[in-house]
Amino acid sequence: MNRHVDPRQALPQPDGIATGEVLLDVRNVSLRFGGVKAITDISFDIRKGEIRAIIGPNGAGKTSMLNVINGFYTPQEGSIVFRGKERKKIAPYEAAASGIARTFQNVALFKGMSTLDNIMAGRTLAMHRNFFWQLIYYGPALREEIANRRKVEEIIDFLEIQHIRKVPVGRLPYGLQKRVELGRALAAEPALLLLDEPMAGMNLEEKEDMSRFILDVNSQFGTTIALIEHDMGVVMDISDRVVVLDYGRKIGDGTPEEVKSSQEVIDAYLGVSH
Amino acid sequence: MFYREAGQFKTSYEADQQVFPILQDRIGVAIILGVAIFIVPFVANDFFLSAIAIPFLILALATIGLNVLTGYAGQLSLGTGGFMGVGAYACYKLTTLFPDVSIVVHILLSGFAAAAVGMVFGLPSLRIKGLYLAVTTLAAQFFLEWCFIRIPWLYNYNASGAIEVPGRQILGTMVTGASAGSVPRYFTVLAIVILLTVLVKNLLRGRIGRQWMMIRDMDIAAELMGVRPLYAKLSAFAVSSYLCGVAGAMFVFFYLGAAEPSAFSITLSFQILFMAILGGLGSLVGCFFGAAFIWALPIILRAGPPMIGIPIAAETAFHITSMIIGALIVTFLILEPHGLARLWQIGKEKLRVWPFPYA
Repeated sequence: MNRHVDPRQALPQPDGIATGEVLLDVRNVSLRFGGVKAITDISFDIRKGEIRAIIGPNGAGKTSMLNVINGFYTPQEGSIVFRGKERKKIAPYEAAASGIARTFQNVALFKGMSTLDNIMAGRTLAMHRNFFWQLIYYGPALREEIANRRKVEEIIDFLEIQHIRKVPVGRLPYGLQKRVELGRALAAEPALLLLDEPMAGMNLEEKEDMSRFILDVNSQFGTTIALIEHDMGVVMDISDRVVVLDYGRKIGDGTPEEVKSSQEVIDAYLGVSH
Repeated sequence: MFYREAGQFKTSYEADQQVFPILQDRIGVAIILGVAIFIVPFVANDFFLSAIAIPFLILALATIGLNVLTGYAGQLSLGTGGFMGVGAYACYKLTTLFPDVSIVVHILLSGFAAAAVGMVFGLPSLRIKGLYLAVTTLAAQFFLEWCFIRIPWLYNYNASGAIEVPGRQILGTMVTGASAGSVPRYFTVLAIVILLTVLVKNLLRGRIGRQWMMIRDMDIAAELMGVRPLYAKLSAFAVSSYLCGVAGAMFVFFYLGAAEPSAFSITLSFQILFMAILGGLGSLVGCFFGAAFIWALPIILRAGPPMIGIPIAAETAFHITSMIIGALIVTFLILEPHGLARLWQIGKEKLRVWPFPYA
């Protein structure tokens, strides 16, 4: 821990998975809360470099699925293979260390901290200077701080939020908060980025901005993205493949066109008379 | 008019991350330090140093300790008095066990005893939050007080049950005990408080402080950024209790001179909590404001009216103080939950754009 390391080297290493190969594989996962089945026997995969959308009506188990992937929930059955490693139970901070970052449906920023500090918070895993050096501050700890600050400033530039750098995030409008939250997740330089309704509650212009950022993240950094979204226009436009959930079951999986024309999916969304 | 940052451009991240990025602030701090070091000890009388300046500095340090835990890491604690007591008793035992070692070393080491105890009582914070955690720290408070009374080893089997501070020297000058003058005591306290405040500030502006604030603001998201709640919370308890422990040791050795267990009762915990709330949770400068305010108010009320010819009984002054502090805390909680520090910040922001209402 004491060596002077380039922060980037300390982050999850390239895993030898080529673009287009399976990065994350969800295998027969079932999740129950007491008698309530949130997820029933769901399997799907996320390939490296793609944008994978998870859609479904309210209560379909989409957020639960994300929570299983990043370790908030432990599924009763099934397992998850991420970067070739199978795991059943994992703590959220271990998931973070393995290269999974996410944003939340209801913005979960650190309200009392500035935009800059929030995005610096995303670099937590890249910083290693121990307690002693932190006490001294000047020297190694400051160098590490500045190396990471540089990285954070790149993200601030990328997301075009320079003007709110020092503003406490609690004071920001909702659309900007969502953008800061994306920045915070990006700061961790994740291999897999989970976005839980990144465009909820946004107006058209903000949605377009956010879509652009998501596509840019995907193409510029090659980050694999899984997103939950209710706006079908956005989903069909930006995602490579879509998985559809309903009542905790998977009812569709494929390209946007395939999913759009699937009778089962149409029934789930529009309702069907029995 | 003079408080303008126009023309002060930062050309490096290093310059941007200074504690006081604005030149006028740096000058202000230098002046305050200069007054505290070169003017106060030589101008002020013995009463001011012994009864106001020294306890103010010590209590400000204890408030910083509580603020690290409650204001920065978001873990409510009512055990401050107990942790201060651990520091005081640890320091007392150290002076009896190793009489030849410098008192400053003892003071700084005694904080570690408090840190260890604080970490043990911080363990419940991994499972419980908010008021429930406050209740477990309250248990710590009562348990520790019980220890100070019931474990005679702690006070060297003294018949009175109190700890009495032995006389100790630094560089040939008496700094503790009955014969120590107020100026050497003031300097020792000032040096320790400045040193620890700077170190805490360093922690707070780096990775560790950020982790505490992450846990405070949104613990779920913090965990997802890779913060381990165990380390973050326990380190906050450790640092907080360390500072409280050092403050407690200094409280007895440089201010009280002798202490009974009741010196570290729940009253002290509440007093420190009021200082932290009134000064501003999550602010270091607020700790000094809060400590100054709550410590000085009763003294001013007691000494002020007779000076302008109004006789006031000590008892009356005491009651009025309680009422004013109570009313102020209620007012602050409603109007300005971030305390005096926030008012200070608003004042500075207003000054920056003066004479315009906003920039």
